[in-house]
Amino acid sequence: MSALLVALTANTAESSGLNPVIVGIWVLLLAIFVGFELITKVPPTIHTPLMSGANAISGITLVGALYCAGTGYPALGQVFGFLAITMATINVVGGFLVTDRMLRMFGGPKKKAPKGGKDGGAR
Amino acid sequence: MLFLGLVDSTLIESLYMLSALIFILGIKRLSGVRTARGGNALASLGMAIAIIATMLVVGVKVNWLVLAGGIVAGTVIGALLAIRVHMTGMPELVAFFNGMGGAASVCVALAEVALDLTKQRDGALSSLGSDKAVAIAASVLIGAVTLSGSLVAFGKLSGKIKSSRIGPIGSQGLNAVMAVACIALAVWGGFFATGSGSIDLAHWGLAIVALLLGIGLVVPIGGADMPVVISLLNSYSGLAACATGFVLHNNLLIVAGSLVGASGLILTQIMCKAMDRSLTHVLFAKFGDDGGGSGGGADEYTSVKSAGPEEAAMILDTATSVIIVPGYGMAVAQAQHKVKELATVLEARGCTVRYAIHPVAGRMPGHMNVLLAEADVPYEQLFELEKINGDFQTTDVAIVLGANDVVNPAAAEDPASPIAGMPVLHVWEAQTVFVIKRSLSPGYAGIKNGLFERENTMMCFGDAKGFLEELIAEVKEL
Repeated sequence: MSALLVALTANTAESSGLNPVIVGIWVLLLAIFVGFELITKVPPTIHTPLMSGANAISGITLVGALYCAGTGYPALGQVFGFLAITMATINVVGGFLVTDRMLRMFGGPKKKAPKGGKDGGAR
Repeated sequence: MLFLGLVDSTLIESLYMLSALIFILGIKRLSGVRTARGGNALASLGMAIAIIATMLVVGVKVNWLVLAGGIVAGTVIGALLAIRVHMTGMPELVAFFNGMGGAASVCVALAEVALDLTKQRDGALSSLGSDKAVAIAASVLIGAVTLSGSLVAFGKLSGKIKSSRIGPIGSQGLNAVMAVACIALAVWGGFFATGSGSIDLAHWGLAIVALLLGIGLVVPIGGADMPVVISLLNSYSGLAACATGFVLHNNLLIVAGSLVGASGLILTQIMCKAMDRSLTHVLFAKFGDDGGGSGGGADEYTSVKSAGPEEAAMILDTATSVIIVPGYGMAVAQAQHKVKELATVLEARGCTVRYAIHPVAGRMPGHMNVLLAEADVPYEQLFELEKINGDFQTTDVAIVLGANDVVNPAAAEDPASPIAGMPVLHVWEAQTVFVIKRSLSPGYAGIKNGLFERENTMMCFGDAKGFLEELIAEVKEL
């Protein structure tokens, strides 16, 4: 494990200032800790929306994908970039929208809505 | 960061930091019932900030066709799927979105590989040190397993994939071989192939083997274990984003990814606990393998009493307290609206109606809650297992709706049962139990359910929705 760390860090020695890998590992450790602390007790009612909302956040890969649209990337890289942007956007847009749709239903007892469509479907 | 565009990097980093903070607050609020909707909105704000900040960086030197094309295509597809999905199709959709996140991570990592190869070809020095190469390998590995695993889960949930093997894929032996191959390729790509022309071979190979591994890992897992698998894949999609963060040296990706990773792991843990099984048992042991399972066909039951809608309605006539126990059968029959209708009719007659929700009822965490919320059941009427289990003794009628293993008394009473120790809902303690079910066929665990032949159990054979319709009509006539 430590050998791996040494190998990881040795390669970035030329970059000036703080070693971004070490910084990244610090950030990782702290963020995981924060994550566990924040979400220890989840009421079951909210399990699905939490999962799909978290899933939408994992679409943050979109930020990485946007860099791949840069003109410095070769054609193949840009093809991957396009795919990554498309799929990450599906994840982000779809994830947040569907989570909101679910949570709107959890809004608690609403005023008696007129008996609407009974197809049990979208809306 | 490859390009320094219009603005100074301190500004960008500050925006990323702001976005990370908002994500943390958003996910905190997402885990509370009252605050969840705001939390989701907050998280999407964080995402918007991150995207705008990134556009500021890449804006000058960007292929707008790629960027705008991808965003437009993704927005249209994502929005259509999210708006049009039926609540009963939610598990599939969540699985699909998980897969998309994983796939994006793979593509970003492979784009970096392509970039590096071009640099090498142009005679420039490879900028790919082992630090990045290891991160690329991790990103490819986790992302690809997430992608193919999620697609298989999607197929299983939507009923398109039924088998537990695809050729040799799905066997433990082959999975082990593929896992070893993945590690070997990752080590090669991460440490030995860096700066050489074969870097693409290593990572491409890794992507292909990891895709197969993802299929092999999820294919053998049965329907009722899906809540665990989906939560775990959710966690992986976060970890994949995290790995991509190390590829790009982007702390925002690391923070957001690990938050998702942590929340997914917590859900996984909750699901495993609800089944009294360890994660390794869910992933690597099929239920039948334990021995114990004894088929449980219809012929094994001796003294089953069945009741039609009229008879059931007569019993409900005098009931003052009812607990409804929904299961996957309710989702399949899309009977949640009928359930709500029955509850409304009963409540109008002065009967209290509550719902007992087993944490792993259905195919994803919280599946029953989503369906009942869609049917406008107030969530104050939904009770967790621990909260309601003591109340069955004082309940007149328990209505079991397409649930099986989660109400099996053997789990509580027979230490030799394969599901012994799994927390179950003690429906049999109610005065009368209705089990609305198509047949006496066993549940996922493949074992006999003693509940069906108890003194106080009435089997109501039929489709959940159809039976409820008739039952509601009968109750209204009382």
